[in-house]
Amino acid sequence: MQISGKDVGQLAFLSRLDLTADDLTICTKSLNEILGYLTVLEELDTGAVKPALHVRPIKNVLREDALQPGLEREQVLANGPEVEDGAFVVPRIV
Amino acid sequence: MDLHTLPVYRLSELMARKEVSSEEITRAHLECINRTEDRVKAMVTVTAEAALDQARAVDDRRAAGEELSSLAGVPMAIIDNICTMGVKTTCASHMLYNFIPPYDAEVVSRLKDTGAILMGKCNMDEFSIGPADEERGPQAPASRSDGGAAAVAAGEAAFVLGADTEGSLRQSAARCGVIGLKPTYGRVSRYGLISYASSLDQIGPLVRDMQDLALVLNAICGHDARDSTAAAVKVPDYRKCLINDVRGLKVGLPLEYLAHVEPQSAAVVRQAADRLAELGAICREVSMPHTAYALPAHYIISAAEASSNLARYDGVRYGFRVDDEDVQGMFSKSRGRGFGRAVKTRIMLGTYVLSAANYDDYYVKALKTRTLVQQDFERVFEKCDCLLAPTGSGIACCDPAADLSATCDVAANLAGLPSLSLPFGLVDGLPVGLQFMARHFDEEVLLRVGYTWQENTKHKNKP
Repeated sequence: MQISGKDVGQLAFLSRLDLTADDLTICTKSLNEILGYLTVLEELDTGAVKPALHVRPIKNVLREDALQPGLEREQVLANGPEVEDGAFVVPRIV
Repeated sequence: MDLHTLPVYRLSELMARKEVSSEEITRAHLECINRTEDRVKAMVTVTAEAALDQARAVDDRRAAGEELSSLAGVPMAIIDNICTMGVKTTCASHMLYNFIPPYDAEVVSRLKDTGAILMGKCNMDEFSIGPADEERGPQAPASRSDGGAAAVAAGEAAFVLGADTEGSLRQSAARCGVIGLKPTYGRVSRYGLISYASSLDQIGPLVRDMQDLALVLNAICGHDARDSTAAAVKVPDYRKCLINDVRGLKVGLPLEYLAHVEPQSAAVVRQAADRLAELGAICREVSMPHTAYALPAHYIISAAEASSNLARYDGVRYGFRVDDEDVQGMFSKSRGRGFGRAVKTRIMLGTYVLSAANYDDYYVKALKTRTLVQQDFERVFEKCDCLLAPTGSGIACCDPAADLSATCDVAANLAGLPSLSLPFGLVDGLPVGLQFMARHFDEEVLLRVGYTWQENTKHKNKP
């Protein structure tokens, strides 16, 4: 199955990736190569097989709902590209 | 004495006998970095001053008569997707070009507790996914997938912690002629490992000697409350698993793996099996019929998980940002310029396989295939103690980026099994790796077979 540049544009939009024209051409080619390779799975009959979500049986891990030490606000903000008054700054949303 | 060429356990003995100091050892490794790094390009960050400070502190503790761990004073390097407090951690991506973690990964704090010396951070593929674009700006580190293994092979660090999602740790070990182990999923905490594909990622050591592998595993394995998948399974003393005896050990040779690689690689595995048989192991051929489907299933699952994990890079809390008056534009531009093409392609593939129209045909199909791959292993492990296969495509190829070379390695990630790559030696002038896989949490048998192999074969590591 082939996907078009338009399909890839939609995937890029959904993935929040701004692509250049070159990106779009190259990524479309790569994606079609990969999807072509993945068709090998079609020959495998998996009708009655249960999907594996984990490699081992695992269960929810709970802990006591008690305060634990965390990072200080300044540490958390230290890597922020734009920070003001103890908060991350983003463009106006509403 | 070339201190930078000695294995961890020898450095440890020399320091314990006070014949050399950690400072001398650390300097020898730093000199090696200065001498070779232009050619090797194994490191993205070198923390020379901090390393020397740590080394002197260890020397002081030893001089004061303190009882120290075997790793105390030993130079190590950490792959650049494992968080190191106060030391830049970039995943070799422009997206995280300036990220300085405010905390240590669990494995890093455990190693720091032993007194191991952090020399710096090792190069890798961008987010472990693929090479970074060449035309990127000067801030983008030139990614190189073999950083960790190359650092160990060249003597820039005595051991390295790497990460293995699709065989990269084992393949790079094979290409550089060193030892690499991907432990069982859940054996080592992933807290502080920057996620790529969470159900496949695992941290593991790269070393030059099996004894070193035991020492590093002793330091990093075990339960961690901050990684809910890090299992509360008893951790043995891995030094006691270094047994030079494989008599009676049942070793399986999966025929499908041998059929998947070049004839020279298959011949190497058969030669290794013959050698193990001479040493008393019982080698037999086994069939794992779903081998060929492991790589496409892995591709789908890792892309799906990557598209979700990498959604966190939005230019808000850390990393690279392109300003825009619109918040969605800021997200898209930051991500579009911050990630390389290989990463963007993988994210979009993940978005594709998880979309409503394709979910069953791709993602669920891959999860079902994962079950079949796991069942292949369960069946052979009823009759075998471990499996012997080539690492990667076996012969280190001239184009290590060729995706299909991962075929032999990804199954161990899909099934969460421990897998060890050992250097076989040179074939046609290139280093070749042997891969041993075992049951969940049976790293012991891998140490036994690896140690026996090492002690009974004459192979020389070549950087």
